[in-house]
Amino acid sequence: MKAPAFAYAKPRTLKEALALLGRHDENARLLAGGQSLIASLNMRLASPSLLIDLNALPGLDGIELRGRKLVIGALARHRALERSELVAQHAPLLAQAAPHIAHVAIRNAGTIGGSLAMADPAAEWPACCVALEATIVAASAKGKRRIPAAQFFKSLYTTALAPNEIITAVEVPLADKHSRSAFLELVRRRGDYAIVGIAAVARRSRAALSRLRLVYLGVGDAPVPATNAMAALEGKRATPEAIAAAQAVLEQDLAPPADLYHSAAAKLHLARVLLGRAVAALAL
Amino acid sequence: MNDRTGLELLAPAPRAEKPDAPAKTRVSIGYIGQSVPRAGARRLLQGRGSYTDDLKLPRLAHVVFFRSPYAHARIRKLDLTIAARQPGVLAAFDGRAIAEYCTPWVAVLAHLKGIKSPPQHAVAIERACWQGEAVAAIVAESRAQGEDALAHVEAEWEELPVVTDMDDALSNRSVIHPELGDNICFKRDFVTEGFEDAFAKADVVVEETYGFGRHTGVTLEGRAIVADYNAGEHSLTVYQATQAPHMMQDIFSRHLNIPEANVRVICKDVGGSYGIKVHVYPDEMATAAISVMLRRPVKFIADRLESFLTDIHAREHKVKVRLACMTDGRIIGFDLDDLTSIGPYSVYPRTSGIEGNQVVNLTGGPYAHKNYRAKLNVVFTNKNVTCQYRAVGHPIAVAITEAIVDLAAQKLGIDPAEFRRRNLIPDDAYPYTFPSGLKFEQLSHHQCLDKLLELMDYKGLRAEQKRLREKKVYRGIGLAAMIEVTNPSPAFYGVGGARISAQDGATVRLEPTGMVTCLVSVTEQGQGTEAIFQQICATAVGVSIDKVRVITGDTGTTPYGGGTWASRGAGIGGEALLQAGKALRANILELAAAVLNVDKNALDVSADAVRDKATGEAKLPLAEVGRIGYFRPDTLPLKFQAELTVTRHYTPREYGFTFTNGIQASYVELDPDTGFVKLLRHWCVEDCGTVINPMLVDEQIRGGVVQGLGGAMLEECLYSDEGQLLNGSLADYLVPMSGDTPDIVVAHISTPTRQSELGAKGVGEAGTAGAPGAVMNAINDALVPFGKRVTVQPFTPERILKALGKI
Amino acid sequence: MDEFFDATITVNGKPVMRRVEPRQHLIDFLREELGLTGSHCGCEHGACGACTVRVDGEIRRGCLMLAVQAHGRSVDTVEGLTDNGELSALQQAFHERNALQCGFCTPGMLLTAQELVATCPDATREEIREFMSGNLCRCTGYQAIVDAIEEVIATQRKGASG
Repeated sequence: MKAPAFAYAKPRTLKEALALLGRHDENARLLAGGQSLIASLNMRLASPSLLIDLNALPGLDGIELRGRKLVIGALARHRALERSELVAQHAPLLAQAAPHIAHVAIRNAGTIGGSLAMADPAAEWPACCVALEATIVAASAKGKRRIPAAQFFKSLYTTALAPNEIITAVEVPLADKHSRSAFLELVRRRGDYAIVGIAAVARRSRAALSRLRLVYLGVGDAPVPATNAMAALEGKRATPEAIAAAQAVLEQDLAPPADLYHSAAAKLHLARVLLGRAVAALAL
Repeated sequence: MNDRTGLELLAPAPRAEKPDAPAKTRVSIGYIGQSVPRAGARRLLQGRGSYTDDLKLPRLAHVVFFRSPYAHARIRKLDLTIAARQPGVLAAFDGRAIAEYCTPWVAVLAHLKGIKSPPQHAVAIERACWQGEAVAAIVAESRAQGEDALAHVEAEWEELPVVTDMDDALSNRSVIHPELGDNICFKRDFVTEGFEDAFAKADVVVEETYGFGRHTGVTLEGRAIVADYNAGEHSLTVYQATQAPHMMQDIFSRHLNIPEANVRVICKDVGGSYGIKVHVYPDEMATAAISVMLRRPVKFIADRLESFLTDIHAREHKVKVRLACMTDGRIIGFDLDDLTSIGPYSVYPRTSGIEGNQVVNLTGGPYAHKNYRAKLNVVFTNKNVTCQYRAVGHPIAVAITEAIVDLAAQKLGIDPAEFRRRNLIPDDAYPYTFPSGLKFEQLSHHQCLDKLLELMDYKGLRAEQKRLREKKVYRGIGLAAMIEVTNPSPAFYGVGGARISAQDGATVRLEPTGMVTCLVSVTEQGQGTEAIFQQICATAVGVSIDKVRVITGDTGTTPYGGGTWASRGAGIGGEALLQAGKALRANILELAAAVLNVDKNALDVSADAVRDKATGEAKLPLAEVGRIGYFRPDTLPLKFQAELTVTRHYTPREYGFTFTNGIQASYVELDPDTGFVKLLRHWCVEDCGTVINPMLVDEQIRGGVVQGLGGAMLEECLYSDEGQLLNGSLADYLVPMSGDTPDIVVAHISTPTRQSELGAKGVGEAGTAGAPGAVMNAINDALVPFGKRVTVQPFTPERILKALGKI
Repeated sequence: MDEFFDATITVNGKPVMRRVEPRQHLIDFLREELGLTGSHCGCEHGACGACTVRVDGEIRRGCLMLAVQAHGRSVDTVEGLTDNGELSALQQAFHERNALQCGFCTPGMLLTAQELVATCPDATREEIREFMSGNLCRCTGYQAIVDAIEEVIATQRKGASG
């Protein structure tokens, strides 16, 4: 399983990277962590003529507070997010999700920018970004563009990024003392892609939940917010009745396709189970 | 991931201290029975092993294969011209070209009556019969260049009807090989006298149908071969990750028409095998042929995607089973109808009929009963070929036996352990002949059962299960008693005409400095064969273990033998080595007696010296024996010739198979909302006779258990209706990881075989044989409050949710 | 498109200069170019962990990294970490407990275990099993590996508190 031949460039500045991309966009692929890209190259599922290695671009791997936002550089590694105090404090959903991503050796290399650009519907970061109402910052030769996460993930492996755009950062609103979050996923083995997963955030005030964002992974082409279920729980306490009511309307939100091992019915059922567990966790 | 830990109430597993040999170990002297760490493991720990892919030879070429994308298709056009011109490409061959150097084979054996299979070529000619079958070979200076060239192969196909479903295959709606008449590779019908009557008279008959998903071995090192033909002497040296180098020597010789002694097969370190690497693979035969054709060394390593497409698969069965018993719990008999599907060819040379044959031979094994009927159909399909994989047939035979036994126990309202106690063959009933004709020398089912129940605190677990059920926590306990075939005689293959040796030999040589080198025909794949041979040899000769070196896996230097398969390395190779070592010791004493001018019976060898037998006083260090024997024989009596190299062979003769027995238990927690099962703990009590190295044996058992758990819970080769493998990568085919695997408690009973002085039976496959049955029973035990059962493995959440009626 | 790059990589503490083809992954480079055959290829898609090496102090899948990406960086393999003694406690424990059989997964296991021991000194048995999940083993059933790591962590803890 040897990759097909390709040319390789390692630009030193974002401008250089964008120029290369502009010249070659259809036949070039961007290399960030490489944990998905190089696997697909080794399996000959992709044959780009040029690989543009982004890892020398300065200043894109930081995790910092800027005003009311946590700004995470596109090249920040999963492991860095997993261990970051800032993330744990200000975006705890991400800290909860990180350990579920593959295994440590992969997390040492993989980047959040790469994960978002790849838009695998079973990946953790896309659903988290949608749940957190994060903003994806993309740069092109024309300048910067801010894309709300809810509009970023279009379809299977398809994002709102233009062919000549590179993600540079993710901006996440800060959690506060009323914020609650839970990340649950069902996997047959540790580190596998989720069969079904849920990224859940809410505000909790006097045991009632509001501004719930319940976003599923592994149930469609892209992260799926369970809007009817969210509405059913809005302002309510997480009682068994309220949870059951939300579970009952879940099929209005989700029509998960079958995967290799699980029927559509099983996926929907598991999504319902996760809903109950996530909401119970939010209410704690 | 089930987000409950579920382990709060379970006591921690006993820490794996290096275990002691069980009581009654027959040869409890010297190093036998000691948990000596493997000297051979040191270099592996340092990354200084030497696997076949590590090998570099001058002018080494690499072969890649153009493989059929279709499950069944005629090759209408195959043009290799452009591919052959690509950078780095040395040659491109189709099946016809290879066939001029490598003759085809037919995998049948005379003792599997009626078995049939069409001839198979190293590279397919005219027609591909499974997705992944090689139809052309490209040879290049590097693997990458070879793969680049594959894209330039021009092929046109005419798709043919595809058969993937086993019932469809049996119906002969579409016959894959019209010249054979039907899709049946092998069938067998067996019935004891008076069967119908006995079943009619039984109080209770329970029936259930079980399904087993096709899965595969997944060796971490892919199949690997470097073939090096020397045109100057018409000789072929093959470095191959194989379990049976002498078998391969014979096969290369016959099919490539090279005199047998001119073929040398050498096994380097092998990265896992479990039976996968004991078979003949067409692409490996093609590699050897190409070396002859090009007169240079050629390497082929199966990459992971190729492995899933072409490494043998195994264990796809659907079995309808009935058990008849009386209300007092006495089993009257078993009845089974086994349908199993293989690939489009029976695999050479051991045939793809053996696995099903074992199911027929072994079902009901631990239990006293006289009535037995079995029907077997082994059918061809257009999926990958199948053949023997660790524990061959046992995982199915044990699972169906133990599940139907549990079902009967449940029906009669008898505790499963008690039901087994009433029916396991008594420990004093031996020798015992089984309804299918197999003979048991001596087993210990009851001792093992007693030990297991105590070890796992069966009563305590039942009480805990009851308590937790009230809290809506659903735990299950499953038992699986088993028998296992080890140390086979020629009854397995030789009698059928296969040139597969059931005997083994060991040469033991005293070196001039007093070290001992042994060369043994059994091979090492990591289980510790060479380590136990060091122990046996050191004990037999009387030297300290660090003085012993072991060489295996080289047809040019070791005695002729069978290699490793069917758990025979310790029992057969070990015995040959024990006898050789003892004979060397005797020869050393002859020489020492001549030097010292004393009666040899007053002497013995121990701790690297010839000593006075009575006092232990050292009389002559072995280095002196070596010096005199090799450099100063002029100082010995005129007619005395020192023989400091001895070879002995051993074949088990009394029993066609030396059966072992054991019993396993699984403790699980089922999440009825998600259908997920957490494996909390596993136990195995095993009787393999003399235990040479308890630590190695226990680790073999654990490894075997985890492979069995993999088949029970996770592993399945999924095919589409068009015969396309859907999950042929390690991302999609799920093997167990450390995070999902339970601690496994192992204990032993020891009933040495009397057929050899060593008394060792085999154990390498036992873990795999019993684990799926134990797990199935545990899951069904957890499901008892719901009144449901599962019968098809792997036991995925999908299947469990369906059984529960949640979807 | 057959461009080659001059890469300088510090391998096991020593700088190495080679022309590399961009498509060659780090494991093939180590094995074929440098003869460091201790790291193994089990799948070439990042799933099995047999190729685990250390890059700039962190474990990585060698098969998911291009050799050219290692330019200017430091790579440690099982051979180097054996010779400098860093793996010796784990190797000893693995040996005594037979935490390996065929040895093919072992270098990767050791590299991962070393990162675990270094970064999670209080890991419980459950956490050890979870951390090591990314390294597949088909021979041992994992228990002896977990036991060996547990022992090294316990010894380390004793040493630290003593």
